[in-house]
Amino acid sequence: MQLSEVVVEVKDLFFSYNSQFVLKGINLEIRKGEMIAILGENGAGKTTLIKHFNGLLKPSKGFVKVFGLDTRKVSVAQLARKVGLVFQNPDHQLFAETVEKEIEFALRNFGFEEEVIKRRVDWALNLMGLAEYRNRSPFTLSIGERKRLAIASVLCYDPELLIFDEPTAGQDYLQKERIAELLNLLKTRGKTVIIVTHDVEFVVTRFERVIIMSSGQIIGDGSTREILTNLNILSKARLLPPQIAKCAWLLSDLNIPKDLIYPEELVEKLKDLISGGHE
Amino acid sequence: MDYIYLKDVTFTYRGNNKPALLKINLKIKEGEFVLITGPSGCGKSTLCRLLNGLIPHFYSGELSGEIKVLGISVIDTPTYELAKYVGMVFQDPENQLFLSTVEREIAFGLENLGLPVKEIKKRVEAVISFMGLESIRDKAPYELSGGQQQKVAIASVLAMQPRILVLDEPTANLDPYSSMELLNMIARLNRERKMTIVLVEHRLEALLDKVSRLIIMNNGRIILDGTPSRVIIDKKAKIVGVPKVIEVYEKLKNYGIDFGNPPLSPEELVNMIKSRVGAIERGSRRG
Repeated sequence: MQLSEVVVEVKDLFFSYNSQFVLKGINLEIRKGEMIAILGENGAGKTTLIKHFNGLLKPSKGFVKVFGLDTRKVSVAQLARKVGLVFQNPDHQLFAETVEKEIEFALRNFGFEEEVIKRRVDWALNLMGLAEYRNRSPFTLSIGERKRLAIASVLCYDPELLIFDEPTAGQDYLQKERIAELLNLLKTRGKTVIIVTHDVEFVVTRFERVIIMSSGQIIGDGSTREILTNLNILSKARLLPPQIAKCAWLLSDLNIPKDLIYPEELVEKLKDLISGGHE
Repeated sequence: MDYIYLKDVTFTYRGNNKPALLKINLKIKEGEFVLITGPSGCGKSTLCRLLNGLIPHFYSGELSGEIKVLGISVIDTPTYELAKYVGMVFQDPENQLFLSTVEREIAFGLENLGLPVKEIKKRVEAVISFMGLESIRDKAPYELSGGQQQKVAIASVLAMQPRILVLDEPTANLDPYSSMELLNMIARLNRERKMTIVLVEHRLEALLDKVSRLIIMNNGRIILDGTPSRVIIDKKAKIVGVPKVIEVYEKLKNYGIDFGNPPLSPEELVNMIKSRVGAIERGSRRG
C-alpha cells in the first residue's frame, strides 16, 4: 500500500517551560487521513505536544514541520487555515456575542464570501446540534454545548488537520456518539484527525493508531490493538485497559488470545470455548 | 426511617418554562450506595442540590412536593443546619478549597461548628488517616494534583461527620487512574463506615460492581430504579451506554449461552466463564 503524504513531522522535539523539560525528545510522523489518539495521564505533555502542531508553541530543540512548513519559521496565522485546534476548555476560545457570530468569525478572517459564510455557518450549526441557539450568547450555553460550539467554529472553515483536546470530557453517552459520528465524517472526507483523551473505551473501537505519552516522552506508538492490549505500557502511563482487553488477559489461561479489543471477537472465542466443550 | 424522602417533587428554575425535575418520588435508606446517571440536562445535578437545600435556599424557582432528609424538612431548614447531616462534593474541588494547608482545610468546617479544639484535632487526625493524606497534610491545596484535591474536598466534608454523602461528578476532571482510586475510596466509605452515598457519575463501567442501587434519569424524571444488574439490562438503559462486558453478556445470550445475572465488571464475566468451563470439564470427565 502506498503511504500518503506526511502531514506532521516531529524530530527530536524538546520543549522547556520554566527551565524544566516538558517534552523530552519526541519523534513522530503523522500521515494524511490518519485518525490518531494520544493518551496519557495528566501532566504527561499531551497538550504541550499538540500546541506545537499549530505553531502555538515553538520547539526549544528539534523541529516540527506541518504540511512541510517549519513551525519556527511561520506564524500561527499562516498555519491556521490548514490546522484547526479545539481546546479542552471551550472558554479559552469563545468570545463573540452570539453563537452565529462565533462561527462566522474565522470565516470572515479568512475572507470567505458572504454566500459561503452563510452556508458554512448553517452546516456547522446543524452538524453540532446548535441551530436553535444561533442567536444566544455562547456564555448562556451549558459546558457541553459550548464545547460543541468550539468544535463548530473550527469545522466551518474546513481545515485539513483537526486536533481535539479532550473532546469527550464532560459529554454524556449520546453526545459522545455524536462526536464519534463527526470524526467518522471527517475521516471519510480525507481529513487527518488527532485527539487527546483519557477515554480508552472511546478510542478502542474508533481509532487505528494510538500514541501513549508519559513524563514528556512517547512510550508507545502503534496500532490500537497492539498498544491498548499492552498492559505494561498502559500501567506505566497510569491508564486502565479497555474492558475487553482486560477480560481477554484474565482468560489467557483458557487459551483466549491476549490481544482482543472488540466485544464481537471475545464473543466468538467464548462461544467456541463454551459450546465446544459440550461436544 | 428513610434517610432521603422525596414525594412528588417538581422544580422549575426561575426563568425557565420546562421543569428540571418532574414528579420525583424517591426513598433512600441508611447504608445504601446509590448511583444516579443520565444524559446531561436530565436533572441529576438538580436532584443533588435539593438534598442539602441549595434548592430552594440558593437557587430560586418553583418547587412543589415534599423533601425530607433524616426526617427533617429541607424547605424549612437552613442550609448550615442541613450541612451537618448532608456532605456535598462537587465536580471542581478548586471551588471548594481555599486555605493554606490541607490540615487547616479539613479543620475549617469544624471550627465553624464551634467544636472544642481537642475534638477538632481528633476528627482531623481520624480523617487524614482514613483517607491516607498523611504525606500531604502540610501542603497547600493548590500544590496538589486534581485527584489529591478531590480527596481533600471529601476529607473536609467527612470531618463534619455527615450521615449522607452526596457527590456530583467528583471525577469529571480526573484522569482514569485517579478516578478509579477515588471511586474505590468512596466505595470503602460505604462498606466500612456504612456511609449512605448518593453519587452522580457517567462512568458506569467503573461503578456497577460497587453500588447497591442504580437510578437512571431522563428529562427530569426517574426512568429506571433498582439493583444494577436489573437496571443495566433494561432496554431503556441504552441511553446511558452500557459497558462492554454487558454487550458481551447479551451477545452470548443470543447464542443460547446464558449466565443468568449480568456481569458487572470484567472480573465477574471472567469468573462466570471460568466456572462454566470448569463445570463442562468436570461433566466430560465424568462422562
